[in-house]
Amino acid sequence: MGVTSKLGDLGIVTVRLEDAVNWARTRAMWPMLFGLACCAIEMMSTQASVYDLSRFGMELMRPSPRQSDLMIVAGRVSRKMAPVLRQLYDQMPDPKWVLSMGDCASCGGVYNNYAIVQGVDEIVPVDVYVAGCPPRPEQLIHGIITLHERVKQERITDWA
Amino acid sequence: MLDPVEALTSAFPQAMEDTYEFRGEITVIVAAENIVEVCRHCRDTKGLEYNFLSDVAGVDYYPQEPRFAVSYHLYSMVHNRSLRLKVFLPGDEPELPSVTEVFPAANWSEREIYDLFGVVFTGHPDLRRILMPDGWDGHPLRKDYPLGYETVLFSFNFDEIDKHKPYARE
Repeated sequence: MGVTSKLGDLGIVTVRLEDAVNWARTRAMWPMLFGLACCAIEMMSTQASVYDLSRFGMELMRPSPRQSDLMIVAGRVSRKMAPVLRQLYDQMPDPKWVLSMGDCASCGGVYNNYAIVQGVDEIVPVDVYVAGCPPRPEQLIHGIITLHERVKQERITDWA
Repeated sequence: MLDPVEALTSAFPQAMEDTYEFRGEITVIVAAENIVEVCRHCRDTKGLEYNFLSDVAGVDYYPQEPRFAVSYHLYSMVHNRSLRLKVFLPGDEPELPSVTEVFPAANWSEREIYDLFGVVFTGHPDLRRILMPDGWDGHPLRKDYPLGYETVLFSFNFDEIDKHKPYARE
């Protein structure tokens, strides 16, 4: 964070607004759990105490789209689930991000058939793809950190 | 304890089309219009008492004719034995009576067969799709249904597939 000056004992820190906002956004990016298949097990493992997603300000996996910023799509999305996923995405307040976890969510994986959406990017815009079948918790954390780095690069002129 | 083949043959001589046995599993092929009475007879007759419908399954024998088959797997909790009733249906507008009035458990199984094979069960209380979305076109487990809808992606054909791939917007 670009601390430019500190005034005496008042504890005032001056910083660029976009840095402060991006810092807030990355440090409390609540994920919306969208566990659909075996990737969800790894996502729970990432949340649990060994890997501890709370270190990155993700204490809460919100089951409600209204309180979440990041949608982690973990698992294969069936065609019947697709409208549900899109509706939940539309219900999330801006700013919002989508992380596609695992091969099935990213490109359909081994399920190249009528029932599975060939990549969740057909339904919602995806920011980060995490490869793996399923990805290990380290890979998911790496994907989240990658997303954080991207969010930190956002500029005030790009905000809607 | 009655022999199911003998009991059914004597009760429904006109409805029995064939029977065979494979490794102790008895299969009885029944005419489609008699399936409800045969099921009821199997359930209620003393000595048969096949009182549990464990499964209803659809089969597509494409390109043979009759093309479709529906198997009813009955189980007798009283006598600890199983029986399979099988109905063959034509490939053109397959239709047979629903057995939900005899075995209510057939409700969802028949919906599944209707959904995936397109077999219509007349008299079913709520014949809707159960697995696929409501507006789905076609019946996916039919042998002539296309398997996948996206060509397998390699590095040499990536651009061609990517050109037609739908991408979501905000």
